[in-house]
Amino acid sequence: MDSFGLLLDGFAAAVTPEHLLWALIGVTIGTAVGVLPGVGPALTVALLLPITFRLTPESALIMFAGIYYGGMYGGSTTAILLNTPGESAAMITTLEGNKMARAGRAAAALATAALGSFVAATIGTVALTFVAPLVADFATSFGPPEYVALMAVAFVTVSALLGRSLLKGVASLLVGVTIGLIGIDSQTGQPRLTFGVDALLDGIDVVIVVIALFALSEAFGHLVTGTGGTTVQPLRERAVMSRSDLRRSWPAWLRGTAFGFPIGALPAGGAEVPTFLSYATEKKLSKHPEEFGHGAIEGVAGPEAANNAAAAGVLVPLLTIGLPTSATAAVILTAFQSYGLQPGPQLFSESGPLVWTLIASLYIGNIMLLVLNLPLAKVWARLLTIPAYGIYAGVLVFATLGTFAAGGTTVDLLVLVGLGLLGLLMRQGGIPVAPAVVGLILGPIAEQQLRRALTLSEGDPSILFSGAITIVLWVVVGIALVASIVLPVLRRRRDRETARTLAD
Amino acid sequence: MEHARRRARQWLPAAVAVLATVAIVVTAPDESHAGSTARDVLDDQQLRIMAPASPGGGWDQTSREMQAGLRELIGRTEVYNVSGAGGTIGLSQFVRFDGDPTQLMATGLIMVGAVVANNAEHSLNDTTPLARLTTDYQVIVVPADSELTDMAGLSEAMRTDLPAVSIAGGSAGGAEHILAGLMAKAVGADPARVSYVAHSGGGEMLSTLLSGRSTIAISGLSEILPQIEAGSVRALAVSSPDRLDALPDVPTLRETGMDVELQNWRGVVAPAGISDEQERVLEELILDMTETESWRNALEARGWGDATLAGEEFEDFVRSEQDRVAQVLAEIGLG
Repeated sequence: MDSFGLLLDGFAAAVTPEHLLWALIGVTIGTAVGVLPGVGPALTVALLLPITFRLTPESALIMFAGIYYGGMYGGSTTAILLNTPGESAAMITTLEGNKMARAGRAAAALATAALGSFVAATIGTVALTFVAPLVADFATSFGPPEYVALMAVAFVTVSALLGRSLLKGVASLLVGVTIGLIGIDSQTGQPRLTFGVDALLDGIDVVIVVIALFALSEAFGHLVTGTGGTTVQPLRERAVMSRSDLRRSWPAWLRGTAFGFPIGALPAGGAEVPTFLSYATEKKLSKHPEEFGHGAIEGVAGPEAANNAAAAGVLVPLLTIGLPTSATAAVILTAFQSYGLQPGPQLFSESGPLVWTLIASLYIGNIMLLVLNLPLAKVWARLLTIPAYGIYAGVLVFATLGTFAAGGTTVDLLVLVGLGLLGLLMRQGGIPVAPAVVGLILGPIAEQQLRRALTLSEGDPSILFSGAITIVLWVVVGIALVASIVLPVLRRRRDRETARTLAD
Repeated sequence: MEHARRRARQWLPAAVAVLATVAIVVTAPDESHAGSTARDVLDDQQLRIMAPASPGGGWDQTSREMQAGLRELIGRTEVYNVSGAGGTIGLSQFVRFDGDPTQLMATGLIMVGAVVANNAEHSLNDTTPLARLTTDYQVIVVPADSELTDMAGLSEAMRTDLPAVSIAGGSAGGAEHILAGLMAKAVGADPARVSYVAHSGGGEMLSTLLSGRSTIAISGLSEILPQIEAGSVRALAVSSPDRLDALPDVPTLRETGMDVELQNWRGVVAPAGISDEQERVLEELILDMTETESWRNALEARGWGDATLAGEEFEDFVRSEQDRVAQVLAEIGLG
């Protein structure tokens, strides 16, 4: 098994002018759809599928991989500049990224996001190249009880996201969990909280909730307070990233990658959960915890690395066992099949050269994305010189178009506006909106997996603690709980001591 | 200037889509004979096909392969997705196209089940069934290291303690759930007591099975075949009337003494209220489509069984499926 030699062959096949062109087209389209709220890579790839009947399988898959990685890069741009995540996995990036932008550090935030995405995607792709079978084994050992424990870990770390007031944070979390309940319950097929509206049967798309709570409520907020004419000073410093920015970013990139890759490889892991975990970890470990909530660069670097590493992780089960674990992966799987390739355990042995060309093109696409995005950081940041009314008019147009494109009914638009007004109310009441999105993502996974686990065990709760992985995860829950009580005490004591030494 | 650049980047996908469309139109072959009568019915409008599911699923694939086949006959057609609730959301929008022969929708067993399970306002009775196209049979599988080695053992286990046999499968009320209920009934147990663990997609279902937490899983053949060939799961039986070419050593449920047969069929319908002449032309168009090389290749590549059936016979088939599914889902407790 000489992965390295096969990879070199892959590079040889990928570095042809034609394939490089398709990779460039892919990453450019990907970045563009990532920037647009509501238009995701899955929809784009699905729309482009018919075109690819005229391309060779290599060209088509290389372009799709570019769109896929590009979408993850682009999602952070609007999150940082406009407090409007282009993809749900970029939601956490808004927390610190937009604060940085408002403090005149937009370029630094964009740069750490682009570099972090590059580092994470590269490490993720290397891991995909060399340890994919191992990770696939790990991923398939996750059954419902393991997911319940993983969700418990996510929920205990979420406290880091709740903001200053615990009560308001939890209220927001519960709003999100409630929105997550809307739709057909997958275990019994019964509609919940749909009030007889057909369009709600499938639940409310996370993307719509994210756009409404972040973008619309922001736009409405400017309207209410009459601050539409304000602009933000885009660049306060000369350098894009200072040395201290870099020193604070790189450990966060690596930790984010460590969360993102394995969780992305889990069949129900997704790209969002690792961003929550990464943010919480950075906040715990940071030497500057007081900066969190005011624009801490670690809070951008970690989650951005995490979501790109997750994107690489998603490809592990897709290529090794034929398991599509995200919407985009499912569409790419369809593309494989339309070329008569069956992703699955035999893909590497039967269509090896193609797979290695695809993996090689991921490296190339990743470098292209860095070259495309890093110099653009300063250019993008200048967008902020446009007054808020101009920016948010554009955001509203694209948010509405994106929502309509995804759902296609007026009900979707009403839901969008309704949730936007809810977001405005929350803002006015000082309730953070991020926990609502966290609840919306974690709540349904936790509920469904818990009920699956209990169905499997005929109602016996001991299944939740069976198996080595679950026990390890529950121990992590315990440690996180203890740490959240002990650490603040220790920190206060240390602060007192420092104060005393300073006084001496 | 920055603003202009931003706008250009944002319009890029649309521009690419337009270019691609132009490319497809320009390269579309001339109309054949069958297409010209269909042209009359369509009255120069484009045929639109609704895939009532998200991109990547069975109906989406069916619609897009139809699109490719129809390109040889009538040129460009449009496929769009209305996902959710086993296709009933798409159905509720589709019934509004009453009398419009330029609208088609992919459908199948799962929609019949979802209409019953979700208590939906509309059913396939509010459409004009045109043709059944494909079928995907169900396979009963166990993890490679399972103690169960054959259907005799599974039947015995289900007969003695049904709730202890957990069954992983697709959505509640879907094809796998229906088969689980039929199997429980066949061994003389109460279908309402089936421990069925629903999943939103084949991927999630597979992960529950491979983690070794569920006793068995039921899956469509095309989704599970690679896993069977790789040896990570073992097939105990198939739900087809005869053994399948892809799995010649695996018995049918009937052979193992369980009197059950189920196919996850997919087909296509037009809106209600179209004329008999329009119905005849559309049916012919679809039948011609099933003869195209592109469609034949698609059947092969995707592992779908050819189940072409049109006209009166298909309408009878839909009615008998509706009755059977309604009955078993009522017994499971979802009706």
